[in-house]
Amino acid sequence: MSENAMSPEPVRDGRSNVYKTPSPIGNFGIVEKPLPLMARLWDQGWLRKLFVLIVLACLWEAYARYLNNDLLLPTFIDTCLALFDGLYSGQLPERIATSLDVLLTGYAAGIGLAALLTLIAITTRLGTDFLEVMTAMFNPLPAIALLPLALIWFGLGKMTLVFVLIHSVLWAVTLNTYSGFQSVSSTLKMVGRNYGLSHISFIMKILIPAAFPSILSGLKIGWAFAWRTLIAAELVFGVSASSGGLGWFIYESKNQLNISAVFAGLLTIIIIGLVVENLIFRAVEQRTIQRWGMQA
Amino acid sequence: MTPPLLDVRGVTLQYKTREHLVTATYRVDFTVRQGDRYILLGPSGCGKSTLLKAVGGYLRPTEGQILLRGQPVVRPGADRMMVFQEFDQLLPWKTVKQNVMFPLEASGRLKGKEVQERALHYIHKVNLGNFVDSYPHMLSGGMKQRVAIARGMAMEPDIILMDEPFAALDDLTRRKMQDELMQLWEETRFTVLFVTHSIPEAVRIGNRILLLSPHPGQVRAELNGLDQGSMQKEAQVALEEEIKRLLFSDQIEETGHV
Repeated sequence: MSENAMSPEPVRDGRSNVYKTPSPIGNFGIVEKPLPLMARLWDQGWLRKLFVLIVLACLWEAYARYLNNDLLLPTFIDTCLALFDGLYSGQLPERIATSLDVLLTGYAAGIGLAALLTLIAITTRLGTDFLEVMTAMFNPLPAIALLPLALIWFGLGKMTLVFVLIHSVLWAVTLNTYSGFQSVSSTLKMVGRNYGLSHISFIMKILIPAAFPSILSGLKIGWAFAWRTLIAAELVFGVSASSGGLGWFIYESKNQLNISAVFAGLLTIIIIGLVVENLIFRAVEQRTIQRWGMQA
Repeated sequence: MTPPLLDVRGVTLQYKTREHLVTATYRVDFTVRQGDRYILLGPSGCGKSTLLKAVGGYLRPTEGQILLRGQPVVRPGADRMMVFQEFDQLLPWKTVKQNVMFPLEASGRLKGKEVQERALHYIHKVNLGNFVDSYPHMLSGGMKQRVAIARGMAMEPDIILMDEPFAALDDLTRRKMQDELMQLWEETRFTVLFVTHSIPEAVRIGNRILLLSPHPGQVRAELNGLDQGSMQKEAQVALEEEIKRLLFSDQIEETGHV
């Protein structure tokens, strides 16, 4: 059989073997050619998204002008003006700073606790059970539902908000991190044990990087939860009457019937969300799981 | 005669599944000497991979002993480097070079500049000099296995444990990898314990072959003093036939792939 295939003599059916040599590269018309500028621009995801944003802004502006009612829907331009006004007067930056301060405190504390809880869960079996029971109980409970209780426990202050934020971050991050650890392939774990790593460096150098896609998505979900919870909680009360956060800014503006400032506050929340999502998390993603080919 | 490097004495291995206690191997004996290319060959279900994992220290024998240089094996360690079948054995967040360097640093075997030099030396040895800074997901299956082999060899362990490293590769790549492994062995004379279910692979690579029968794995035969280099084609074919007869004498003949 195999000898037949090798021989240059005619085989059955009257067909002989065919041999060819690839022609040299210079004979082709195009091997590689840059695409036209427009095609390359259209390939940029952020440019296409910017285009969508501009279209939406135009629609908003057109409809608001048609409606012509500042109390229901201020125009896009009015909103932008109110935004610049707020930024310029220093009121909005102050509110943003207050909000972010509370947010980062709660977020960091939540992540710290999540790390601790996951660590206990992967080292002891009872810890695993504890984590599973706790996440099953608290994950479905919206953090904002704890606000009345937190108000009784901690009073009207930063601590109350931080408590609610921790609750909103903790379970989402824990659940994702833990499931990430569980889905680390057994081969990879065996490789790590093969090197004779200590328990801590096994976790730090094998488990955490291997589970990083899940950890990162947990951090993203946690951030989104925390941000929403914070604004919702702030709508109920400011940290203290004089220096509330963004949520309080929206609530106050509404009471003063300054609807374009309400929209400016909403726009600010959206912009901060977009910046964190698209600049910070995106950059982390590109430097880690995308470069490692770990993103599906 | 020098004492054996690896001494497996009457090893019975059992593991639990959800419902059963399975005996993977029953009282298996063999010894591996320095520079051996020792093959564990048998059909699926003969416990050869389980046996290799026991030598790796991942599970304890329920009966018998595994001695490496006279010391009982109790846990995984860098003196026995594993090469697995799965392509995901490389750390995806490290480049080829970092993957090879990592065990050297983590085990404290080498320090500073030596780590990089040793890693590069072995990466070049497996012909991946152009892919030093590539991440594993950019490599083909055969290249990933070469990195794993380089990683194992760079540690210069007492013994390299290979668990069907070429089984997931296509035929052409597998043949090439087998030749390359032999070439590497000619150059460095490492000791390797190699698990396979392919008879031609066993004949091509091994200088000693342990044949295991299935359910549970027991020693059927040990073929010693084979040398692929000096063997004629006819002798190889005859040996393959002999192994087939030993393994499948009481069964319908199975076709292992080449």
